[in-house]
Amino acid sequence: MHPVAQEAFLAALEQGWADPRRLHAEGRRARLLLDGAREALAELLGARTEEIHLTAGHTASLHAAVAAVARARRRVGGRVVVSAVERAAVLAAAALAGDEVVTVPVDRTGRLDLRAWQNAVGPDVALAALQHANGEVGTLQPVAAAFEATARAGVPLLVDAGASVGHVDVGPHWDVLAADPSDWGGIAGVGVLAVRSRVRTTPTGPEDEDPWAPGGVSVPAAVAAAASLRAVLADRARSEARRALVDRIREQVAQTVRDVEVVGDPVERLPHVVTFSCLYVDGEALLGELDRLGFAVGSGSACTSSSLQPSHVLAAMGVLTHGNVRIALPSTVTADDVEAFCAVLPQAVAEVRRMAGATDL
Amino acid sequence: MNGQGVDGSTGSTLVDARGLRCPAPVIALARAARDAAPGTVLIVWWTDPAARHDIPAWARMRGHKVLVTEPLAPEGGDGGDDDGRAYVTAYVTRVRTASGGAAG
Repeated sequence: MHPVAQEAFLAALEQGWADPRRLHAEGRRARLLLDGAREALAELLGARTEEIHLTAGHTASLHAAVAAVARARRRVGGRVVVSAVERAAVLAAAALAGDEVVTVPVDRTGRLDLRAWQNAVGPDVALAALQHANGEVGTLQPVAAAFEATARAGVPLLVDAGASVGHVDVGPHWDVLAADPSDWGGIAGVGVLAVRSRVRTTPTGPEDEDPWAPGGVSVPAAVAAAASLRAVLADRARSEARRALVDRIREQVAQTVRDVEVVGDPVERLPHVVTFSCLYVDGEALLGELDRLGFAVGSGSACTSSSLQPSHVLAAMGVLTHGNVRIALPSTVTADDVEAFCAVLPQAVAEVRRMAGATDL
Repeated sequence: MNGQGVDGSTGSTLVDARGLRCPAPVIALARAARDAAPGTVLIVWWTDPAARHDIPAWARMRGHKVLVTEPLAPEGGDGGDDDGRAYVTAYVTRVRTASGGAAG
């Protein structure tokens, strides 16, 4: 959490605790704060204020966006086009809303097959969804070119920028844009959805004053989202400093760990995410070993998920799914932290391989 | 252990990794590959969903070649329940080891 988010949240709790739909003075004050947050988010995301909708969170944004756009275009067609590496919330919403889901493959780095995408987005498609960048492996998607194809076919493009906003410029190539405050240091409990005025939507839920967030959203969380995004974007140098640290990790891992695949695009990527898979390594055991050494990392390996299914992103890329480590560097990370991690990793991997009796393979 | 044996009819090596979870199927297969002559066909039986992705990824990293992956006919050969919902489906993958040397 960004310190600015905490400050803004507490201040807004003082001033904006009331229900912004009420007409008394307290309610009007909360309404002013909420409108201010939407205005700021619009400016920071390159949208108009009336195009900004707040939701209960990023997953809710994605569910609502897919459902509402698909329903509005029902007469056009029931087909939904998605990339194979979209967030699970997008894939699940597409499966529910579409008569047919067309999944466009990615290459070994996780980048969209642009030609297949261009072929898939015909005029009978209700909606296409492409992430701005993949949050698991960091690869940036060719959103501008993908948007050109959907625009030509008259198909609305949903861009899931949940992993990008606050870290890289997301640009103007979208019809619907979903951003996730908790990813840039905001406070959990609010999501941001920008819907261009030209896009037709039909909410699928029961009637409510705010169909994007039935019952309304947390005003303090919305204020914290806007304030922290402004702070994060003003401090771009800090975000960019992480790029060199990720380069360092990529290079060190490849050099010092035997039989490892550093995955995702080495250049066209998020500045703060690095992912690699170690052959013959149990991901859960490696996470435990690193945790014991004081490093909190994530994993896309099956053994670390409750479903026992490996990450659909790693699977779609055709890279090793076991022994997977995903690191998202926080903006407070130092070069010393990175060196300390690189120093212990080879031994941690070797230890897990030794326990599995896989040292001499 | 989950057996490795020689399938007499073809001279290829069988690795039964059914019931093993990742990364154990790939480790068992790598052991068999290490001990096999270059160009040997390894047959691996597996049930772990990760193996579908990890066997080809391992083969690519080691220069081996995946020949085919298909459902494994249930023992007894009656074909069983085809929809696979009643029990875990087993698969068989055939891999030809690299001809260039004894890479594991």
